[in-house]
Amino acid sequence: MKVTEKDVRYIAGLSRLVIPENEMEKFTEQFNQILNYADILQKIDTTGIEPTAHVIPLSNVLREDVVENSVSNEEALKNAPAVHNGGFKVPRVIE
Amino acid sequence: MRKYITVIGLEVHAELKTNSKAFCSCSTEFGGDPNTHVCPVCLGMPGALPVLNKQVVEFAIRAGLAVNCDIKKFNKFDRKNYFYPDLSKNYQISQFDKPICEEGHIDILVDGEEKRIGITRIHMEEDAGKLVHSGATISTSDSSAVDYNRAGVPLIEIVSEPDMRSSEEARAYLEQLKAILEYTDVCDCKMQEGSLRCDANISLMPEGATEFGTRAEIKNLNSFRALVRAIEYEIARQAEILEDGGHIVQETRTWDDVNGVTLSMRSKEEAHDYRYFPEPDLVPVEIDDAWIERVQSELPELPAARQARLIADFALPKEQAALIVSTKAMAQYFDEAVSATKDAKGLANWLLGDVSAYLNNEDITISEFKVTPANLGELVDLIKEGVLSSKLAKQVFGEMVKENHSPKALVKELGLEQVSDAGAIEAIVDEVLAENPQSIIDFKAGKDRALGFLVGQIMKKSKGKANPNMVNDMLKAKMQ
Repeated sequence: MKVTEKDVRYIAGLSRLVIPENEMEKFTEQFNQILNYADILQKIDTTGIEPTAHVIPLSNVLREDVVENSVSNEEALKNAPAVHNGGFKVPRVIE
Repeated sequence: MRKYITVIGLEVHAELKTNSKAFCSCSTEFGGDPNTHVCPVCLGMPGALPVLNKQVVEFAIRAGLAVNCDIKKFNKFDRKNYFYPDLSKNYQISQFDKPICEEGHIDILVDGEEKRIGITRIHMEEDAGKLVHSGATISTSDSSAVDYNRAGVPLIEIVSEPDMRSSEEARAYLEQLKAILEYTDVCDCKMQEGSLRCDANISLMPEGATEFGTRAEIKNLNSFRALVRAIEYEIARQAEILEDGGHIVQETRTWDDVNGVTLSMRSKEEAHDYRYFPEPDLVPVEIDDAWIERVQSELPELPAARQARLIADFALPKEQAALIVSTKAMAQYFDEAVSATKDAKGLANWLLGDVSAYLNNEDITISEFKVTPANLGELVDLIKEGVLSSKLAKQVFGEMVKENHSPKALVKELGLEQVSDAGAIEAIVDEVLAENPQSIIDFKAGKDRALGFLVGQIMKKSKGKANPNMVNDMLKAKMQ
């Protein structure tokens, strides 16, 4: 087992996800299955091959530096759970 | 107490002077009501896709070339993942392992000594939004209001090598870098508005040591003064810990400008695990030789070249030339004024002396200075030609700053022309000598102060208008 329950808890924490205790074993197992699959790829000799930055063989998709319409403040805040002085109101940011 | 060597590296964030944001078409304009320069892309709405602004790449290449970097032909963007509400996507689009520029340097001048400071890398990224806290400080606030107007504004982060050894060197580096960014017009460099920001990595090592000590990263340095004070504070703090046999904790600290201290930033346990991975929503950017060559050919004259030109053309001392070119506006002012005077050195003295003192006093920049370059040049010539003594020139200058009048007109208006008529001066000299026989005896006895006293009396009688050189010569001749 490469990934332990401790790792799963840590990654869940970074991702702001709560994994129920009774599913912890299942998640740990699935994490390992994914990594085992990646292990197959690790066996391929990639000497002299540049890492893939993007799967689509395309580059330089650029736009000109032109300002276009933004959305209104009302529109921007439409889905905000809480609003204060035109801003998105968020809970206390430090512990 | 042991002697320690200070090791400093700076990370400078410069907002690029584009019209629109890095990955969407919202305006980058500073100010504006909260959340009015926003769209689905910079608000991180599901499904919205970023498209890179070409000018961001152009500016990054320009800045890189101006600080002697290699421009990397292959570029990609990465996601830096973190949960903090200043970016709504929960990641920042940045460049991780393939920055656009690497291995540059700039030269600084400290105490007449030139020193080369290495630049490790420059990468492109997006700025974050702004949090307005409900309480007086972040720690006393129950909630914050987020404004995403600044989110997505393009930045370059310029990372130096740990090559600086004192707060003076760090200051000189930041000044030189700021001047280069101004000259190349990639950033407006308003530290008070946050368009140029600086973090400092500071560590100490005992003299003779070969390895750097553990460093602290100081954030929130919003002025040159803050940078210097924070470094000095950190040096003292770290030296004290090391002297007591303690260890420096590698951490991020914030500069508290009011109390003049650095404070540990309470970080959450899982901080700094950014899990960078390639940004799948943006395709790579390939920069060809033609693009780099064009930007290179369009680079304006940079501060170092301008400084060399001032030294070569006008024989200015290095320190003076360095000060004049340190801001683009001052350098332009000098260039315009110097064509209006025959005395470039006198002009440099005035610019860095009386003019700078006046600007500091009034807390204005040279762009807001009322005296035109042509009129300042004219004033310097009037002194050079002996029409005005330096004392009277200060009086004329005092009038010029109120309203931009020609100094020639002011001299007439105020009746200040220097008297260089030998007959008129001689009359006053004779009069003063007759009144002060003791001073003549003192002078002959070798007391130089007597000469100064007599000159003073003569200048007083002439209301400061007698040509001081002629007065001196005449006095000496008469007392032989």
